[in-house]
Amino acid sequence: MFIRLSAAIAALSLLGSAALAQGAKPTDPQIAHIAYTAGVIDINAAKQAISKASNKDVKAFAQDMVRDHEAVNKQALDLVKKLKVTPEDNDTSKTLSKQATEKLAELDKLKGAEYDKAYLANEVAYHKTVNSALETQLIPSASNAELKSLLQTGLKIFQGHQQHAEQVAAKLK
Amino acid sequence: MRPGRYRLLVAALLLGAAVVPAPAATIQITIDNLVFAPAEVSAKVGDTVEWINKDVFAHTATARNGDFDVATPPKQTVTSVLTKAGSVEYYCRYHPNMKAVLTIAP
Repeated sequence: MFIRLSAAIAALSLLGSAALAQGAKPTDPQIAHIAYTAGVIDINAAKQAISKASNKDVKAFAQDMVRDHEAVNKQALDLVKKLKVTPEDNDTSKTLSKQATEKLAELDKLKGAEYDKAYLANEVAYHKTVNSALETQLIPSASNAELKSLLQTGLKIFQGHQQHAEQVAAKLK
Repeated sequence: MRPGRYRLLVAALLLGAAVVPAPAATIQITIDNLVFAPAEVSAKVGDTVEWINKDVFAHTATARNGDFDVATPPKQTVTSVLTKAGSVEYYCRYHPNMKAVLTIAP
């Protein structure tokens, strides 16, 4: 319990600081990069869960994450191609990726029910952070209407993911 | 026509009449931006539902009571025939927040 809680708090504060680290308003190429990176991170976490999770609902949730985040990222790639925008790497993307790599390594050490709980706790925390970044920073900063609309679709589906993760987590207890 | 053939023909006609008591309707249910619309639909047994998924996401229309489970791939329309009466709550297995009701008369 202590480990799980402290891990969740660490994940939250790390991600929170990553989202906040960005002082200036991000540009569209940066927003596209952040959104795409955030999706890749969750896909990687889900792929780990598909091979490691022991509970079937947790595995099914992870499969949902791969399916949805790949669909959103495909839309994002199609859009940047259409708009002839090159996604631009930035500090927020870099911090997100670095923290995600650490989190994956940390989760990799866990097994069985302990892993399942930790994965879901991180999914709840991660989606919360990404959703808050979308709501307060990325969507308001996006200048292209199609990019804004894609981010709004993303927000809607990710809010569902957060609730879904909470529901699956509640059933584990 | 030989008597055997005739009897078969009559049997086929009778059976056909018994199987199709009333014209079946086709009902459209759209999935757009993670919402089933309309949220409440009335139909009857034998009707066909056209599930029109406008999203880029895969969804399902899954009856809470197990009566049906239809996979609706992204940007596709699939059809299913209603075979059991009842007021059925259904949802998307991938996005459990998506819920709607189909009331199927016998």
